[in-house]
Amino acid sequence: MRLNFKKITPVIEWGSLLLSTGLVCFFLVVILYEIFSKGWSSLSWSFISELPTDGMTKGGVLSPIIGTVILTLITALFSIPFGVCCAIYLNEYAKNTWLTRTIRASIRNLSGVPSIIYGLFGLALFVQGLHLGTSLLSAGLTLGLLSLPYIITTTEEALLRIPASMREAALAVGATKFESIKDVVLPASLPGILTGVVLTLSRAAGETAPILFTGVAFYITDVSVNTSQEFMALPYHLYMLSTQHQSIEEVRPLAYGTALVLIMVVFLMNLTAFYIRYKYRKNDQ
Amino acid sequence: MKYKNRILIDRVAQHTFKLTGYLVLALLGGIFGMLLYNAISFFLEVKPLDFLTGREWNPTAATPTYGILPLIVSTTIVAFGAMVIAIPLGIGTAAYISEYASPKVKNILKPLIEMLAAIPSVVIGFLGIVLVGPKIAELTDLPNGLNALNGSLLLAIMALPTIITISEDAIHAIPKTYREGSYALGANKWETLIKITIPAAAPGIIAAVMLGLGRAIGETMTVLMATGNAALFPQDFFDSVKTITATIAIEMGEVPYQTTHYFALFAIAIVLFFMTLIANLVGEYFINRFRKYHAA
Repeated sequence: MRLNFKKITPVIEWGSLLLSTGLVCFFLVVILYEIFSKGWSSLSWSFISELPTDGMTKGGVLSPIIGTVILTLITALFSIPFGVCCAIYLNEYAKNTWLTRTIRASIRNLSGVPSIIYGLFGLALFVQGLHLGTSLLSAGLTLGLLSLPYIITTTEEALLRIPASMREAALAVGATKFESIKDVVLPASLPGILTGVVLTLSRAAGETAPILFTGVAFYITDVSVNTSQEFMALPYHLYMLSTQHQSIEEVRPLAYGTALVLIMVVFLMNLTAFYIRYKYRKNDQ
Repeated sequence: MKYKNRILIDRVAQHTFKLTGYLVLALLGGIFGMLLYNAISFFLEVKPLDFLTGREWNPTAATPTYGILPLIVSTTIVAFGAMVIAIPLGIGTAAYISEYASPKVKNILKPLIEMLAAIPSVVIGFLGIVLVGPKIAELTDLPNGLNALNGSLLLAIMALPTIITISEDAIHAIPKTYREGSYALGANKWETLIKITIPAAAPGIIAAVMLGLGRAIGETMTVLMATGNAALFPQDFFDSVKTITATIAIEMGEVPYQTTHYFALFAIAIVLFFMTLIANLVGEYFINRFRKYHAA
């Protein structure tokens, strides 16, 4: 009996770890299966290329898609230059002083600030303070602020990987520090920076809480892209279809379809990032 | 280009880079200042003690009450439940990936976990409504499954990638000599894992849990969609709860600008800010401790 027990304990022990891993994978599979199996039937070319019609009980998701794309572009235009410059400052210029350490600590804390608080800040700063109103621009800038800490961290990691000898070589042939960064360091770290940027933007594209009070709208009839107007966005469209719509059961297939489109947009962006990383690593060796 | 101009550009660039660094500092200060400024306007009208100890949150009643206690308890219940689920699963998975899985399996598992992390919170919340909610209702004979348990399960899924990734890094960083020493004394793989590797990686694992907890406390859309949002004092996991984040999300869209209710939402936001800040600071403290002992 005793011998038997000794034989099965390792199996139980190993099994418990395997079980937890299996459960985690199970969660992922269930999520994907639910969305894909039920969203697939709603998905068609017309779903992607048509505007929502009849009080959003019919039609497609073109306006939320356009809204999300423009929103992400504004986020990128704001957060990439800002974030990359800050990372360059931290990695190339800043000395290890208390001020630098404080900046680094605040970046880490910014990445832990809940997204809804960024929404409040965007409301106070952009919508009310700078009088941009509830608009595409306000929402994009708010998401830009939310993305900043991630862009800074990933860019700094990419810059760190560039050996000091490359910088020194540039300086030795007479380049100024700025020229060495612009012509040598940045081109060499570009794939790493891009990977981080695309991953961060994919996260921003799926965010809902920060745009709730800064410009996202329930329903907009036309698709004129105007940065000073309210807009529709995929994540909010899904939220609205599944909780706020007057006939929730009727629009459920549309909600599944929207969830599927949103998940595919996010996964495609992630795949792009992985592809860049993969290619970069290959070239590196 | 003339030498003078090149030097000029160099100077300008240097100061631009520096400015962006300082602006990031100003951003955190700005967020905190904005919350504080609006929260002070609230505390001029409502006593801080009434706010912190009030057992009822009902700002739209004839005599509005602004007690944050039910919101804090709701947030705590949901986040606690999420951790009860996510901690064992997360550490178990991290240990499996780091200690047992072959490189091939590792290469499959890691992208899967990144995929889980990439799913937007609103999609997870949607599943709470269409999948988890009805299942809970079916199993417990409740009219609907939108309650704290639903929120906890979903938040656990959202916190898992953070916990797994950071714990796995921590366990992986433990030097091989620790394990070899343990094997040399006759311990088997499991004993080594439980008694040597995990205790040695404990600061890193605690950091992982705290960062996951911070994420669970601050998550908005998932709890907004899945927990029912009843403004009652929650008793157990089967009660519908209304967390701090959900309260802000629901009520900010409806309140008139610069009323007491408007300021009250900033007051609860500053409480939320501190809750997540503490979780993150504790996490960071343990990460630093871990780095000190296991610097590469």
